[in-house]
Amino acid sequence: MSDMDEVGGLFRQEAAELIASLEAGLLDLERAPTDVAVINAVFRDLHTIKGSGAMFGYADLAHFVHEFESVFDGLRKGNASVGPDLIAVALRACDQIGQLIDAPQTAGGQSDVLLAALRQAMDGDAADSVSPDQGWRLRFRLGRGTLKLGGNPRLLLEELGALAPIEVRALLDEVPSLDALDPHDCLIGWEVVLSGPVSREAIEDVFFFHRDDMLFELEPLDGPSADAATGPARPEQEKAPDAPQAAAAAGADTMRVETGRLDELMDRVGELVIAEARLSALAQRLHDPGLLAVAEDIQRLASGMRDATMSIRMVPIGSIMGRFRRLMRDLSQSLDKPLAFVTSGEDTELDKTVIELLADPLVHILRNSMDHGLETLAERRAAGKPDTGTIALGAVYSGAEVLITIRDDGRGLDAEKIRAHAVSKGLIAADAQVPRADLLKMIFAPGFSTAAAVTELSGRGVGMDVVKRTVDALRGQIELESEPGHGTTVTLRLPLTLAIIDGLLIEVGGENYAFPLAAVEECVELPPEFEEEGKSSSFLNIRGALVPFLRLRNLFDVAAPLTDFQKVVIVSSSGERVGLVVDRIVGNNQTVIKQLSRLHAQMLCFSGATILGDGSVALILDVPQLVAMGRAQEERARNPRLERAA
Amino acid sequence: MSIQAQNQSKTKAAINVVTLRLGGETMALPADCLREILEPVAVTRVPRAGAFVGGLINVRGAVVPLADLRVAFGMALTEATPDTRMLVLEVPVAGETVVVAILADKVHDVTAFDPATLEPIPAVGTRWPPEFVRGIGKWQDGFVILPDLERIFSQGAAQGAATGLVEEGI
Repeated sequence: MSDMDEVGGLFRQEAAELIASLEAGLLDLERAPTDVAVINAVFRDLHTIKGSGAMFGYADLAHFVHEFESVFDGLRKGNASVGPDLIAVALRACDQIGQLIDAPQTAGGQSDVLLAALRQAMDGDAADSVSPDQGWRLRFRLGRGTLKLGGNPRLLLEELGALAPIEVRALLDEVPSLDALDPHDCLIGWEVVLSGPVSREAIEDVFFFHRDDMLFELEPLDGPSADAATGPARPEQEKAPDAPQAAAAAGADTMRVETGRLDELMDRVGELVIAEARLSALAQRLHDPGLLAVAEDIQRLASGMRDATMSIRMVPIGSIMGRFRRLMRDLSQSLDKPLAFVTSGEDTELDKTVIELLADPLVHILRNSMDHGLETLAERRAAGKPDTGTIALGAVYSGAEVLITIRDDGRGLDAEKIRAHAVSKGLIAADAQVPRADLLKMIFAPGFSTAAAVTELSGRGVGMDVVKRTVDALRGQIELESEPGHGTTVTLRLPLTLAIIDGLLIEVGGENYAFPLAAVEECVELPPEFEEEGKSSSFLNIRGALVPFLRLRNLFDVAAPLTDFQKVVIVSSSGERVGLVVDRIVGNNQTVIKQLSRLHAQMLCFSGATILGDGSVALILDVPQLVAMGRAQEERARNPRLERAA
Repeated sequence: MSIQAQNQSKTKAAINVVTLRLGGETMALPADCLREILEPVAVTRVPRAGAFVGGLINVRGAVVPLADLRVAFGMALTEATPDTRMLVLEVPVAGETVVVAILADKVHDVTAFDPATLEPIPAVGTRWPPEFVRGIGKWQDGFVILPDLERIFSQGAAQGAATGLVEEGI
């Protein structure tokens, strides 16, 4: 029973992917209506859904998809062309497939309506699907295993005979010599001429249970009869046989693994890395050359394991971008704002956990761009902009981070409007001086919404703050740029992974802390004139640039006495730098990130903790937060009376 | 604790509790939220986290916050002794189970405890914050306090949030 559940789950998962692929195909088709490759891809998806649906007992589904497929056959045969209506109905039919899988009992009623709409949308198809009066020439060859599976070709022929007067000819060219013949194989093909008005569907229905692995050629009697006369030495392959081949080719080099197992693997690798650090520490202490050599080997292996395991968890961001295309298309229609939705960097990879958590915030930002960002058609014309608005979603690597940008060419954010709104909501004081950048960020504050009217899409004021919270939880940041009249760009900076990073271990007052190595720019000696506090300003001159610095011992209330030769670790985030004064730099280590419990969730200086080789716990410093604190100090130094918005 | 809650607890069968000494008092914790008892291990201080959950410990590869219930109850803090132990607990905080370790001056044993003997904390004459105590029961010759761990740690988390807000203002 549980096996069956598991298999059913597999089917649903596969179906979800097929539906997504089908949807993408339909959207591609809208853009390139005559692209044969796309039409064939849509066909393959439909066919596979039908096949596995029938196998798992979704009879309604199989029937619906079969009809869907038949209607689309006209496209493949070139008898009809793709119009916007057709795509719209097809997308709805695509949703219906999902419905039929999720709730086969209740969703069935819609099927016929949609099929009728599909047929209607297929211009010129109606004439074709009801057959010409002359009848049909049908050539078919059943799967080799048909007889073993209990199929009976004679019954099929009789069924055809019931539709119209038929003339049957056996095709024996594939029957081997007697010594090679397995009498259980079905090797004979048939050519049947049906003389009479029969619909294509009726003929296809006869073969409903056999279509998966059969050759099937159906042509009107008056149509071009191709090589019918010369005999079908190697008849043109139907879609059915090549679909499994394509699926097999795609399936050969990938494998589906439960995500729970990946998480477990990652945990194990994390433990291995920690144990390896203990071994290294031990080997160092014992000075045994043999042990040191083994420890080094194991370190190399563990680091390789770490990289390999993490790469398994990496998922291209294109896997979620697909579903946005549909969303944007639907939004564009319901809002009546023509839109070009451009995506780039689909193959940029992020940790699976990051991708999963990212989907909803991205939907939110995109909806906001569409709803609030882009002007209405009339406004765009008045502003002299092209009718079609553009929203670009892109992803790109930047160091140990991935930048995801959502750019629109809409009206841009109005800082004054935001300000007035924030004041009216009591988020800032009426006379507060807030820098423009901070003002724009107010849209991420809880309970903030600039939309004058709440639409069904966004503007309930519970969105952008959720976006911010999710991105914070991923240890990422949001940046906002906007030019009134020209559009808004939202940039999400996200760490590549959440699991293991390279860290730089430092010591302050006898306590260890780790920096993410990717954020460390350089380490310098603290110049002697800064050794004692309060003597001079807290800026370092790093090759001509002033960098603010913070003393970690003050920040962390360290009581231990000051040591000589203090070091400064210069870290950077979003292009800004800050120096952190530490007692000692211990060295690099592989840092397995452990999230802090909710009891410490509000400790903003720390992004997590890690376990060191000696088994002790070290906190991981949150660089963007430290940089923000450095910037605040800089601002205070420049303008002591400046009020901070947050 | 209200009369109603008391009646409810009277209908329950005996529960297993682990009894321990802390700040001169005997306390009892439900044994089913206890995961393990450790000899004291190295504690990593969490700067600016406050005294209540001021540290982290390594429990076989997991980073676990270490709390000191004496802070919540306003008891005097004393040095660790050879009897000091760390108890790793699973406590529900706001609908989520949080693994947290607490300090104990000494762990006595695990014993069956009849919730029917539980009395509400007297309104006068105690120094403990009443909202942190589920009740006071009789055990051996003396009294035993059943702390309300869920409430204590929920407030601890909220206090942590407050600290965070102060921090943001820097």
